[in-house]
Amino acid sequence: MAKQNDIKFLTSTRVEKRQKKYCRFKKMGIRYIDYKDAEFLKKFVNDQGKMLPRRITGNSLKFQRKVAQAVKKARQMALLPYVTDLLK
Amino acid sequence: MATNNLQNYELMIIFTPVLAEDDYKSAQKKFSDFITTNGGTISHTHPWGLRSLAYPIEKKTTGLYWVLEYSAPTDVNHKLEVQMNRDENVMRHMITSLDKYAVQYNNRKRNKATETEAVNS
Repeated sequence: MAKQNDIKFLTSTRVEKRQKKYCRFKKMGIRYIDYKDAEFLKKFVNDQGKMLPRRITGNSLKFQRKVAQAVKKARQMALLPYVTDLLK
Repeated sequence: MATNNLQNYELMIIFTPVLAEDDYKSAQKKFSDFITTNGGTISHTHPWGLRSLAYPIEKKTTGLYWVLEYSAPTDVNHKLEVQMNRDENVMRHMITSLDKYAVQYNNRKRNKATETEAVNS
């Protein structure tokens, strides 16, 4: 039976290093997320209008909650749709 | 009278699009006067005007937006809510409290806006 290190591949199996996610709010020192700024909030919403989870946006817990609050307020004031398709 | 510690609030109202220009202004004046008579102070009004809504409200797809930044004693908002619920021109309203970062953000945004106007005027 071929042992593990006997197996050779044509290309190296080294998976490319995934870029470390960072919280953009901490890095840029943003302290307040404005619910009126729909363009900025669209970055945290997928194209059906649903909020993206933290593992994708890379936000820290504190700012993910602020973003969630802002998105809900924007939806309430009809700046963002509750559900749509091809939002972007 | 109420406690006189002033808190910062931001009021956003969507008026029915059927309002004429001067009705729109008089509606704004009505609410801002209501705040000032109850001991509040208006720090900034910012009418956005006619905008399309993300989803239809009351069978209408556009609305007249208006944003008002003010500071008022803590019991004024309740009276304001009653006024807004009674007014049939108001389709939707929202009062948010502003912490100090929010106030800084709004001021910075406003200064940037006036700067860009000064630059390109």
